[in-house]
Amino acid sequence: MSLLTGVGARPVSAPDKRPDDSRSRRRWLPYLLLLPGGAWLILFFIVPTLQLGATSLYDPTGSVTTGYAMTWEFGNYPDAIAYAGPQILRSFAYAAIATVIGILIGYPLAYAIAQKAGRWKNVLLVCVVAPMFTSFLVRTLAWKTILSDNGALVGFLRDVGILGADGRLLATPIAVVLGLTYNFLPFLVLPLYASLERLDTRLLEASGDLYASPTRTFVKVTLPLSMPGLVAGTLLFFIPAVGDYINAALLGNTNTSMVGNVVNSAFLSRQEPPQGAALSFLLMAIILAIVFTYVRRAGTDEVV
Amino acid sequence: MHRIRRWVADHWVLAIGLMVLLYLFLPIAVVAGLSFNRPSSRLSYDFNEFTTENWTNLCGPADLCAAVGRSAWIGLLATVAATMLGTLMAFALARHRFRGRAATNLLIFLPMATPELVMGTSLLALFTSAGLQLGFVTILIAHIMFCVSFVVVTVKARLAGMDARLEEAAMDLYATPAQTFRRVTLPLVLPGIVAAALLAFSLSFDDFIITNFNSGNTVTFPMYVWGANQRGIPPQVNVVGTAMFAVALLLVLATNVRGRRRGARVA
Repeated sequence: MSLLTGVGARPVSAPDKRPDDSRSRRRWLPYLLLLPGGAWLILFFIVPTLQLGATSLYDPTGSVTTGYAMTWEFGNYPDAIAYAGPQILRSFAYAAIATVIGILIGYPLAYAIAQKAGRWKNVLLVCVVAPMFTSFLVRTLAWKTILSDNGALVGFLRDVGILGADGRLLATPIAVVLGLTYNFLPFLVLPLYASLERLDTRLLEASGDLYASPTRTFVKVTLPLSMPGLVAGTLLFFIPAVGDYINAALLGNTNTSMVGNVVNSAFLSRQEPPQGAALSFLLMAIILAIVFTYVRRAGTDEVV
Repeated sequence: MHRIRRWVADHWVLAIGLMVLLYLFLPIAVVAGLSFNRPSSRLSYDFNEFTTENWTNLCGPADLCAAVGRSAWIGLLATVAATMLGTLMAFALARHRFRGRAATNLLIFLPMATPELVMGTSLLALFTSAGLQLGFVTILIAHIMFCVSFVVVTVKARLAGMDARLEEAAMDLYATPAQTFRRVTLPLVLPGIVAAALLAFSLSFDDFIITNFNSGNTVTFPMYVWGANQRGIPPQVNVVGTAMFAVALLLVLATNVRGRRRGARVA
């Protein structure tokens, strides 16, 4: 459960000094404390997820006005995959590419703050979180301005010849991946920072003393020790990135749309809830499978 | 020559880090800049002319201020509810051993590991099958749900880092459990609870994906921006974005400074 904080939970049992009459009350107390929040999560997280699964098996020929009959329509799944195959693949591809870029730029940032920033550590940490304070949509719209065809960036890239004379950034996969990388980077940097901050620098010195090159020290010492943070960070980055459709909608075009865009239109404009539910449920199943294999492969139980 | 190489070896990571920070702040600078822009036309987002009019005439665009107010109101209610529910759960998990602990941890972890898309559509499926009218109440229910887990994690971390001996000492000095809680435990956990509440508020205020599925005709600030994107974004939206950034930054700095002063006094 230390996914966000990087702090392992150490259960502290309060001193149990009071006489017997409070014993049975103490036994019930934790359940009493858990009841309101737990009930809320069961009622509005577990039950809805089951309802989503049920909706994905409804008869797709129904409509919002006539209602949907439960016909255990497992065919909704192959149909949905046939309908939105490219978008599903694109979601995972974009999210994976964005995650790799995120690690490449987020790792140096986290390392710099944890090990090189000295007394500026806290200031820089606030700087990582600060961009999140502006609204997600407003931030993404700002990228739309930055990447626009008559913006300075595109002009420069055209002048130096990286982009063709009428090359663009907006409405391309590059813009969508860039937006995803940008919007979820802090989720990757913070857990990574938490594990790099606890890194015992004497181990690095020892490695150097034993004639390991800086690269070898990094691969053999720093990287393995930062693994829990890296695993937590990539998951916190990858999961929302796969399900996101704001970046694809604002920075991309119809050729860059992701599974979220299809789900959104299935529920809110095309009125095909069974298809949307099937895609959404499928997405959750794939992500859960990835999370559990990834956590197991990476050999850290600290995440769950 | 050797010294230059050493300096580069020592500082290149820091240099990359600062460049990444620059990348993180680029859109913020654009938002702040555009908040002082008088656009040449409705759909133009290029910097045209400096003006402070957007700031003084914040409520000019129809419905913008109403949407911001609605988001603040939902955020406030969701924060109060989620902070109460989550804090109680955090106490149970940090202070008690009980059967079903692992299941409880999983129940709290899952909403954080589930894409918003899935939670949003799940709730929509539930609300429609239950025949509930989508609107203010359904948004509130959803926001409380996804904020609870973050509150639990934040408060639990604070509780885990607390020195249990302080409470033992209070009890040894004949404080009743109630007194110990009020005079020792609560003041010590309070920073964690405040941090959790701020986190919950910012999550709720800024939520788009889950809200989009469950809002019906109710327009929150992110919903307003989404809708305005089709018609042309009024520059006042950038004012709200800039103001959110400034207020949150001030809050963080204020708590940091306060924390440091406290620390200095104790030391």
